[in-house]
Amino acid sequence: MRRAALRATVLGYLAAILLAPLALVARRAFEGGAGRAWSAVSDPDTVHAFELTLGITAIAVPLNTLFGVVCALAIVRGRFPGKGLLNAFVDLPLALSPVVVGLSLFLLFGRGGWLYGLFEAHGVRVLFAPPSMVLATVFVSLPFVAREVVPALRELGEEQEQAARTLGASSRQTFRRITLPAIRWALVYGVVLTTARCLGEYGAVAVVSGRIEGRTETATLRVQDRYESLDLTGAYGISLALAAIAVCVLVAMTLLRPRREA
Amino acid sequence: MAARASLPGTAARPSAGGALALGFVGAFLGAVVCLPLAALVRSSAGGGFLAAVSSSESVAALELTLAAAAAAALVNAVAGTAIAWVLVRDAFPGKAAVNALIDLPFALPTVVAGLVLLALYGPRSPVGVDVAFTRAGIVLALLFVTLPFVVRTVQPVLHELDREPEDAARSLGASEPTIFCRIVLPAILPGVLSGVALAFARAVGEIGALVIVSGNLPYRTEVASVVVFNRIQAGDRAGAAAVAVVLLAISFAVLLAVGAVRRLATRHERA
Repeated sequence: MRRAALRATVLGYLAAILLAPLALVARRAFEGGAGRAWSAVSDPDTVHAFELTLGITAIAVPLNTLFGVVCALAIVRGRFPGKGLLNAFVDLPLALSPVVVGLSLFLLFGRGGWLYGLFEAHGVRVLFAPPSMVLATVFVSLPFVAREVVPALRELGEEQEQAARTLGASSRQTFRRITLPAIRWALVYGVVLTTARCLGEYGAVAVVSGRIEGRTETATLRVQDRYESLDLTGAYGISLALAAIAVCVLVAMTLLRPRREA
Repeated sequence: MAARASLPGTAARPSAGGALALGFVGAFLGAVVCLPLAALVRSSAGGGFLAAVSSSESVAALELTLAAAAAAALVNAVAGTAIAWVLVRDAFPGKAAVNALIDLPFALPTVVAGLVLLALYGPRSPVGVDVAFTRAGIVLALLFVTLPFVVRTVQPVLHELDREPEDAARSLGASEPTIFCRIVLPAILPGVLSGVALAFARAVGEIGALVIVSGNLPYRTEVASVVVFNRIQAGDRAGAAAVAVVLLAISFAVLLAVGAVRRLATRHERA
């Protein structure tokens, strides 16, 4: 009896906070008919916003994948002073407001910043242009691969790697034949999380991009832009497209989770 | 020959490859994370820090942010534990789907989350609940974006938990609440605490969902992140940096707390 009551409460809470709002967005997006929803999403500025988001993600995800794997190896296998500090800095983007990240980049590259003379003063646009948006996105999505790979590496242990090395394998061979196969599902899981975070980034990019319509507006910025312009069909339509991507991410996570834990 | 000579102490001796890897990690982290944050701290130290942080707008926003984040974290402590319990100990059709749904807030862009919540609990609410531009709305949005943290830290611990002590207590006549408080809770508490801490940090820094839901009314529904954002837009860099440094300090404090809880938990396990 008590168990049924708890189950009902929990499922009711989840339905009220997660499922019902999501379902309603789908309805709102198509309120004016599928044609209006489609013309809102296929607007050139919206298409450009999606292209920009995908482009930034395509740069940030490989960078953070490489960093995440090397960083996890250093955390688990390395012995060096300052490891605790490294751990703390890798986790920091998870706990930090993205607006703070954006402001930091703004102060670094903006007029009077340490790197202003190196780039902006010579006409190399960093702020209000894609380079700073990529940097902001790399910052906020930094921890995911490393955090997934670290436990997988701990689980694997060092014995197999040492055995391979004893048998004369080079570090590269050891990594490719022993380490990589053992961590690959954790790695893929981390890449999925990183991708989702990159696609959904808002706060940091909002600060550094300048939000120039058709130029530095990403998909999430476009949602807010449409919402504030009272174009609700557009806002809900783009939201629905982003939500569809989120559902794909959820499916990928669900399929990967048992393999990651195996 | 060189490789063979280093065999016995391969792990202890820093290899050329290891040094290279460490250099890469250090350089990447330094360029992407440390340098921008150093620029932020430097800018905030330019004088006027105290005035910018103690201005009535900053104080109101920081108070609101901390209170709303604390409220969301507390609700999560209870709701997250209950959800994890149902997902591990209960069995019902569709459980796998519910389990997958938990991660939705991680996968969904937060701006979309804000819009989604406003669709159901906003001005045109079909259920007659309108929390748009209110503090209740802020807490609701924070509850949405922080939902997975406690669930995902408690779930694995609960899954691994040995059931025998509970059965023993039950056969000795202990009531269910007693069993939960005396046997289950001590085991899952480190998980609950680190989940709550991460949820709190995430809630303090949230902006995407809040710019849509809260309406950003100064002194009423304007959170700290939004104050930082608005000051940047207004060209007040020192004022923005001051509040941002406070947020940075809160993040560091939470991470230190999570680290301490983890160390305490592993020491407890080993003992």
